[in-house]
Amino acid sequence: MAIINTYQLTKRFDHIIAVNGVTLSVESGEVFGLLGPNGAGKSTMIKMLTTLIRPTIGTAHVAQFDVVQQRSMVQRSIGYVPQALSVDGTLSGYENLLIIAKLYDVPRRKRSPRIREMLSYVGLAEVADRPVRTYSGGMIRRLEMAQALLHRPQVLFLDEPTVGLDPVARKAMWELVKQLRTDYGSTIFLTTHFMEEADTLCDRLAIMHQGQVVVKGTPSELKDSISHLNHATGDRPTLDDVFIHYTGDELASAGDYRDTSITRRTAQRLG
Amino acid sequence: MTPQLHGAPLNGSDNSTPPTPLHTVSSFVQKMFIIIELEVRKLRHDPSQLITRAAQPTLWLVVFGQVFTRIRAIPTGDISYLDFMTPGILAQSVLFMAIFNGLSIIWEKDLGILHKLMVSPTPRVAMVLGKAIASGIRSLSQAVLVYVIAYLLGVQIDWNPLALIGVLSAVILGASLFSTLSLIVACTVKTHERFMGVGQLLTMPLFFASNAIYPIAIMPQWLQMISFVNPLTYLVDALRGLMLLGESTTYPVELDFSILFIITAILATICGRLYPRLVT
Repeated sequence: MAIINTYQLTKRFDHIIAVNGVTLSVESGEVFGLLGPNGAGKSTMIKMLTTLIRPTIGTAHVAQFDVVQQRSMVQRSIGYVPQALSVDGTLSGYENLLIIAKLYDVPRRKRSPRIREMLSYVGLAEVADRPVRTYSGGMIRRLEMAQALLHRPQVLFLDEPTVGLDPVARKAMWELVKQLRTDYGSTIFLTTHFMEEADTLCDRLAIMHQGQVVVKGTPSELKDSISHLNHATGDRPTLDDVFIHYTGDELASAGDYRDTSITRRTAQRLG
Repeated sequence: MTPQLHGAPLNGSDNSTPPTPLHTVSSFVQKMFIIIELEVRKLRHDPSQLITRAAQPTLWLVVFGQVFTRIRAIPTGDISYLDFMTPGILAQSVLFMAIFNGLSIIWEKDLGILHKLMVSPTPRVAMVLGKAIASGIRSLSQAVLVYVIAYLLGVQIDWNPLALIGVLSAVILGASLFSTLSLIVACTVKTHERFMGVGQLLTMPLFFASNAIYPIAIMPQWLQMISFVNPLTYLVDALRGLMLLGESTTYPVELDFSILFIITAILATICGRLYPRLVT
């Protein structure tokens, strides 16, 4: 059963078409990865699916609800970890989750046990009462995951979940995502531009380039799709090869000033 | 890391009752108070900003107020000039504090905190009003400070508890109004640099084209017209009526409150519409 469906989804900003007629569906329970260089339209896709921005043309349904017409039902069905920082540094980890639990109408008597449960699930039970500004980058990401899972969403959106993390914290995040799908069977929709991440975590992938989905399939289907091409080494192609093949190895596709600034800032804050 | 689950997959919300109009209103108010709680918690963890804010009203009252009272340059009827300007200075510090509230939303937008609030099922106007009223609560520290200084300087203060409650309400209402205005500016300009420019541009004209430090009656005609549409005028007028002993208002206090309330409601509605612009 498809839990995310988009049809000809398009977003036009003043002069740029950020997302151009994307039709895709994500099955319930799968980990779906949206790949692409900075500026390919991944974040715009995620923002439309999470109701942050309205599509210009086309439709999108998440958990059977229309993202424009049934915004608040979509909001109750999803969890979202944005690329940038989404927890407040002056508050403690517990307080951050408490506010979110209240905003999502988690019933009063369930709040505290639910928060404790999620904090221990992501391994932050011991530091729950410390202000978040004393957390490490990896701990902050974990807290954000706990925050996004607090209301038991059907779909979890992760926008560049490991950007700015060191290799150890990155591996730990991957473990957490795998754990999540085993324990909860939740659908996870993530964007990334790390090929290793996509290969490790995702059941299916779509590669975006200049606002369009240029290819989609399982990681091995994608690799097979270019295996007929003559590779100098003769090895089986990697996802890196797939990525370069479909997006072109152009410097021009490395995102604009704003993307770069956001990515660097996130990296700096988490690092 | 052992999962402490109750066997439940991530399956849907905790709350599935169909909304009635009453439910919608109570949920709106509830969400607004959660946003206020968020802001108050932040303030409690970092109250330093309240202290640095104390300098300006102190200077105005102690230096400017004392000097102008002595030279009797401005006709203020039955009350002394210092008495006259005290509510004006309270209104001014409320204005100056609230008008830069928009900076915090730009900061939260840059961080990403705003995104998480925007994907939660929280009405946007409730987010705006929550933030605005929280800025009113911050301004209460200014009210306490102004009362202390005014008392020390011998201003004829009305200590009637109802009057004090009235002043607190006026401060919160006024701060909410200017804070919402500030949020509208933030949604429009989106960057710190441009916001600072517009903020500076707004504060002084709002302050000088009001009855804060001189009566409307002595203004030239054109300035009277401006002060008539300036919300600060009605805040000052309400505060003057409530804070001081003796009759000193231009309009009935009820009218002042109604005007402030209506303007705040209109601005909050506009701001709720503009809010999504911050996360595009």
